[in-house]
This record gives sequence, structure tokens and C-alpha cells, in this order.
Amino acid sequence: MARIIVVTSGKGGVGKTTTSASISTGLAKRGHKTVVIDFDVGLRNLDLIMNCERRVVYDFVNVIQGEASLNQALIRDKRVNTLYILPASQTREKEALTKEGVEKVINELSETFDYIVCDSPAGIEHGAMMALYYADEAVVVTNPEVSSVRDSDRILGILQSKSRRAEMSQDPVKEHLLLTRYNPARVERGEMLSVADVEEILAIPLLGVIPESQIVLNASNQGVPVILEEDSDAGQAYEDAVARLLGEEREHRFMTSQKKGFFSRMFKGG
Amino acid sequence: MSDTATSGVKQGFQLKSASVSMTALELYYFDDGEFEEVLRDKISQAPGFFKDTPLIISLEKYQGLDSELDFFKIIGTCRRNHIHVIGVRGGNEDQRRLARGAALALLPGSGQRDRTHETDQPAAPEAETAVAQPPSAGAGDPPPARIISQPVRSGQQIHAPDGDLVILAPVQAGAEVLAAGNIHVYGPLRGRALAGIHGAESARIFCQSLEAELVSIAGHYKISEDLQENGWKSAVQIQLRDDLLVVTPLDKA
Repeated sequence: MARIIVVTSGKGGVGKTTTSASISTGLAKRGHKTVVIDFDVGLRNLDLIMNCERRVVYDFVNVIQGEASLNQALIRDKRVNTLYILPASQTREKEALTKEGVEKVINELSETFDYIVCDSPAGIEHGAMMALYYADEAVVVTNPEVSSVRDSDRILGILQSKSRRAEMSQDPVKEHLLLTRYNPARVERGEMLSVADVEEILAIPLLGVIPESQIVLNASNQGVPVILEEDSDAGQAYEDAVARLLGEEREHRFMTSQKKGFFSRMFKGG
Repeated sequence: MSDTATSGVKQGFQLKSASVSMTALELYYFDDGEFEEVLRDKISQAPGFFKDTPLIISLEKYQGLDSELDFFKIIGTCRRNHIHVIGVRGGNEDQRRLARGAALALLPGSGQRDRTHETDQPAAPEAETAVAQPPSAGAGDPPPARIISQPVRSGQQIHAPDGDLVILAPVQAGAEVLAAGNIHVYGPLRGRALAGIHGAESARIFCQSLEAELVSIAGHYKISEDLQENGWKSAVQIQLRDDLLVVTPLDKA
């Protein structure tokens, strides 16, 4: 049985798709057979971030409606061969994602994959509900500002009340907080919420802190999941997050501003 | 708040304004048999809550024909199930005439609210209801207090219709907790807390850190802005004294 992980946030533009791409790539790189599904029907993005937009023939909705088989729609990643992408449909409505249809696809994927990563659309409407419904774990992507924190809180409430695990009274969905676009210098100037502030409000375990970085934007534009930028702090931060997701203990990094001298940077390895 | 008699003349009664939180039945269409079946099903989920409870029929979303709207049948069915229909809310002129014919009180719809009748009870926001079931639901007699150990998140509503509500976690901004009795929050109270919703003026609210959007006891309420001076972000209890909400630090109680 595959582990189903939803990457969600409530708020838009906080880094869900970037995170889905990196986490799925990270899991696959460690040898786990992983599929990442784009639930953002109508606003397809994941294929761009994963650099497979020219290879999309069939999509998620085609599979749900029986117009294509799963094998026809799955795109194998060219960099990591245990990674597959199931792209969203760009021409349909989110209502095409029926509960039964999504369940059928997820069950079928469960038979052969170790991890299913669901990239949720923003908001709390149908598409987002479908993305989180079957989840075992949730990575709640949050930016260090109040509106993002409140939307994350809302999504956490929905995970604990509207997911399949909640409806079936099973163990609750395991929640992880991933703080993205974190800028320690701005936190120190009081322009952003600190990690401690966000942890205190949301009261869920911290999976990782991804520093704000030009690398993230460049990587997205080039269709490279940030985690493959192994020399960058953002790439390493995602690597740490994946390790923690798999149960490893890793110290949190990139949470203080690093405008230090050349030597101290050398010795800290950062 | 009250129209207390200023003269010394003794009267048999006094009229006082009261705000009572009530259950509304939002009617979409009416079919006699189906109505009773659904009603019984709802009651069976929380028998204690509906026993002898007053009910208003909300017509704001009624889509059926006016001719099908038989208030006498509705009242009879409800009465058989120990629910007392006391009035209707909203509805068009014809529907309200039918309701008056059945001796029901007429309340303004939420869109057509009459300022003079407006109470200080804030309208309950439409939020999805209670997530967590009480631990012993269906195990016979209802627990004296409902105990919640998960955070109450934005958009969630937790309701203790019969007794106290104890929350061992934060109540987040945008969340709402309601109880017939006291509310205890062993964490920060950042959302809304409404104690004594059936009018119990002795109900109190206790919290580890007062950061609430709104607190209310028996319909008397204070919003965040009015809570800043006293006990903000500290452990307090809130009680009703002479129709006023009083905030006291817990270490001085």
C-alpha cells in the first residue's frame, strides 16, 4: 500500500507545486517508487516545474473518465527513473474530479507505488478537497505571514474533519508544517513572523524551513525541482525535509541570517 | 438593556429584553412523511439536545410551493417529537400569513432584520459544524462536559449543547466554541467563545491566554477591541456581573 501525501496550504502562491516537485523527486531519489499528481485541473503547472510539459498526452481527467489508461497518462521523469508524473487537465473543470474517480485512480496507483504525492490547488473548494480527501499525511506549506498562517489553520481543520481518515474515524492525517520563503534577515527586522511564531500558532510539528532564494525561481523557470540544486541552501533544506518525512532526525538549518565571514561559512559547511 | 420600571409602583411583572440562542430548522421543501423521518433521524443523533427544545422554522431558503407549507402538520410532527415550534423566520408575505394563521411568531429574516428587534447576540456565523464527536457518543447518557483535545481550527465550530465545554488545546482565530454551561480553554483562546448559550447567566469562560475575537455569556458579549485593556494575553476568567462582562486574572481569583 502506498503512502498518500497531500501538499496543501489554503492560500495560493506559497509554494505548493514547488514543494510537491521537490518532495516527490526527493522520495524517488532515495529509491522509493513515487508518483506526483497535479490536482489543479484547469491551471496545470506541475508539468512545467517538472519539465515534462512537452510530453503530456493524456491527463488525470482522461484516466478518471476512462478515455485513457493510467499507463498511457503517467509520464516517467527523465532525471530520476523511479518518479512518475500524472498531469492535470488544462481544459476541464475541477468538478471532473469525482470522489469515485479519484479513488479508483489512487487505488490503482497504490498497487505499484510506494508514495503518492498529491499537489493540491489553492483554496478550499472541490479540487483542494479531492486532493486531501485520501491523504495519510499532509505537508502544510505556509509562508511566514499572518494570512497564510490563518489559511493553513483552516486547512488543518478541514484535514481533521473532512478527510477520509476523519470520516472513517481512523487515525488522523499526520500533519507536517513546511515554512517556505523564509527570510531570517527580515524576521530579525520584525517584518516577518518567526518560525517560533508560526509553530506556536499552528501547533503542528515542523518538517522544515525553506529559505527564500533566487535559486527557487530560477529552478522553477528551468523546470528543475529545487531539490536537485544540491549546492543551494533551498535544495538542501528540501533534502532535509524529505529525510524528516521518512523519519530521520535532522537538525533544522537556514533559520538564522548567514551574513558571516568567509571562514565561518567554510567551517559550517554552508 | 432592560426597561426597568423607574417608579416605585409594584407591578406583577417586568418586561426585560433577553437574547436566547435557538435552533433554526432551515426548510427547503415540505413533505409530511419525509419531514418526520428526517426529524427523527436528527433527534436520534442527540436525543438530549432536542428534548423540549424551542425551534424556529427558517423560510429563507424554502423552495417548495406555498400551498405545500402546512404549518399545522409541521407543528404537530414536532410536538410528537417533543420539539416546540415557536415561530418562523423570513419567508414571503403569503408564507408569513400562513404562519400567523398557525399562531406562530414572526421573526425577521436575516436579510430583513429589524433594528429594533435586534439583540446583542451576534449572529452565529455559518461554519461547518463540529468535527470531533464526543468520546462517548452513543454510549448512553450524555457526558456532563464535552472534552476536546485537538486544536479547534479556523472555520470549525465546537458545540456543547447540554453542559460544559473543556478544550485542552488552542482555539484558533476564526474558530467558534459554544456551550450551554462554562467554557474552559487550556490554551490560547484566539477565536470566539460563547458560554451560557441557553441563557445561563452564571456561566463563565476560563482561558490560559485571552486573545479572543469575541467572548459572550448568555448573550452579553465583548469583542476583541474591548478586551485589550484587561487581562489580554494572560490567564483570565470572564463572568457576568450586573449585565456586565467582567474579566479577572486567574491568579487573583
